[in-house]
Amino acid sequence: MGIQLDFAAVLVEWPLLAKGVAWTLGLTAVSAALGVMLGVACAWVRTQGPAWLKPGVGAYVELIRNTPFIVQLFFIFFGLPMAGVRLSAEWASVIAMVVNLGAYSAEIVRAGIEATPRGQLEAALSLALSRVQTFTHVVLPPALQRVWPALVSQIIIVMLGSAVCGQISTEELSYAANLIQSRNFRAFEAFIVAAALYLMLSMATRASLNWLGRRWLFGGRRG
Amino acid sequence: MVEFSLWDILRNLLLAARWTVVLSLIAFVGGGLVGLALLVARTTPSLWLQKAVGAYVQLFQGTPLLMQLFLAYFGLALLGWDTSAWTSAAVALTLYSSAFLTEIWHGCVKSIPLGQWEAAKSLALNFGEQLRHIILPQAARVAIPPTVGFLVQVVKGTALASVIGFVELTKAGTMITNATFKPFVVYSMVGLLYFALCYPISRYARSLESRFHAHSH
Amino acid sequence: MPTATEAQLALHIQGLRKSFGPNEVLKGIDLTVSAGEVIAIIGKSGSGKSTLLRCINGLETFQHGSLQVNGQALVYDNPQAMRALRQQVGMIFQSFNLFPHLSVGQNIMLAPGLVKKSPEPQRRALTERLLARVGLAEKFDAYPDQLSGGQQQRVAIARALAMEPGILLCDEITSALDPELVGEVLAVVESLASEGMTLLMVTHEMNFARKVSHRVIFMHQGRVHEQGPPDALFQDPQTAELKQFLSSLQ
Repeated sequence: MGIQLDFAAVLVEWPLLAKGVAWTLGLTAVSAALGVMLGVACAWVRTQGPAWLKPGVGAYVELIRNTPFIVQLFFIFFGLPMAGVRLSAEWASVIAMVVNLGAYSAEIVRAGIEATPRGQLEAALSLALSRVQTFTHVVLPPALQRVWPALVSQIIIVMLGSAVCGQISTEELSYAANLIQSRNFRAFEAFIVAAALYLMLSMATRASLNWLGRRWLFGGRRG
Repeated sequence: MVEFSLWDILRNLLLAARWTVVLSLIAFVGGGLVGLALLVARTTPSLWLQKAVGAYVQLFQGTPLLMQLFLAYFGLALLGWDTSAWTSAAVALTLYSSAFLTEIWHGCVKSIPLGQWEAAKSLALNFGEQLRHIILPQAARVAIPPTVGFLVQVVKGTALASVIGFVELTKAGTMITNATFKPFVVYSMVGLLYFALCYPISRYARSLESRFHAHSH
Repeated sequence: MPTATEAQLALHIQGLRKSFGPNEVLKGIDLTVSAGEVIAIIGKSGSGKSTLLRCINGLETFQHGSLQVNGQALVYDNPQAMRALRQQVGMIFQSFNLFPHLSVGQNIMLAPGLVKKSPEPQRRALTERLLARVGLAEKFDAYPDQLSGGQQQRVAIARALAMEPGILLCDEITSALDPELVGEVLAVVESLASEGMTLLMVTHEMNFARKVSHRVIFMHQGRVHEQGPPDALFQDPQTAELKQFLSSLQ
């Protein structure tokens, strides 16, 4: 009694898989860009923003970090319509991913900002830079450089977490795998292939983001 | 249409939350035991073992937990074993936790200065004794805050078990939503219940972290 | 109503007292500095030298007394006023504090662009001129971690000069340098002094202080203990503390 595995039945559906990969990458790219920006904004509030904003941002960060992504997604997609906000599955997925990444990035970037050597701030101050100018030109670039690996890891985590978005019918990779196995009943093979694709995606994304960080953030030289 | 009160909803969610807690503990403890074995394997001089554990970690950290749950569910079925959502979720989450925990602990062991190993060796301790009496006790101290922090990840991970049908807090939320047509209220409560579980653990992990740093300087 | 003399004063300090918590570090400083004067501030560590310097550009706040730069008193809670002050007063730090993610040229051009809104060609020309002046013309595109300590400090001087301040504060600017690199930095400072820049330098380089400064101030336990022209102070110290300090340097 051997186990018969039929990968061919899955691989023949490569167009569906390719579409799923494209969706996963697209969702990740958009969420990464917007999520990190949101994270930087929140980190700014928490380190030197106005006092009245701090509790709200703090609550947002703690709420997201202590609840599962799937619940956040379901709340946005199923719950918000009750409050009058009706979103498509794709928009709900992006928003959930941005909100999720934003909270984690906020903490990561905050750590980077707080590690700024005091001398840098004093030099900027003595050059008559304003607080905003100091943050944008002196504090933020080295802070991002410092935490880039952690930020990249978090983006990968969100990318892998996006698999859940298939549950609300966003046509990303896990949805494709599910669709394939519902047609040919090769569930195990389908998910093995999907998992392998995710693994390749996470390695490729990590390598690309590391390269991007080196090239663009670090002034075109070894960081 | 039957009217459901807030208390009805909350009560049912709380009953399901028990299973979240049980599954979390099983995965955390089970994952800890497997992770410990993997840690010892990785610390041996065998290059093959080190690479194997490294690959294991890469596998679990580079693929979605959802895929791991599906694979456990369908994979166990292929092997002819019991494929209740319970077993699959327990197996998948245990292996998932073992990979992350062993990676966390490996980092802690690596942070112990080489001089400690050398001192232990020159006192004629064998590898097992070096590990047990010198290295692991020190590594354990460093490891406690991030390990406690990882428990939060496990609790959040159990939410995905709902997708393969395991009735824990999230699945209960979905079922109650379908019965009451109140997704906003239900999922808000689900979120708050997870928060009630995870936030104290997060805070505790943070306080351990600052206590550890206060001591070590 | 300031007298004619007071209006020319670069710096006018009266009865300055500063504490860090319960610890009083400056116990009543009275000091006047005219435009173009070069002042060397010496003393044991803990005597308050750096703290005094940092009060002048507002990096430290003080609790009692008055401090006027170019006739204007310091207003801490007005960010605009503080920025205006810092355009008139530049500072060079012991640990250089160059911005590591920017090239040498970018380090120097940053503040003139952001604060003075100086257009690019103008900034660039100014930067190239200043780099040539400190002897580093070819290092425009280099990054700080590619330079020696002495070179970094010279870039820091050029960076401060790019804002065209009237007063330059030097906080032990050679203390973190290897001995053989000290000379190149002191040479730049000497040329600034000879051009009439108002300089206040906290320094341990006694020979340099003697050679270049118009007046030396010896600080002891938070007060100006003795001051005078360098030759008089070094050759003929009046107070026991200064005598002890000078002999401890041998």
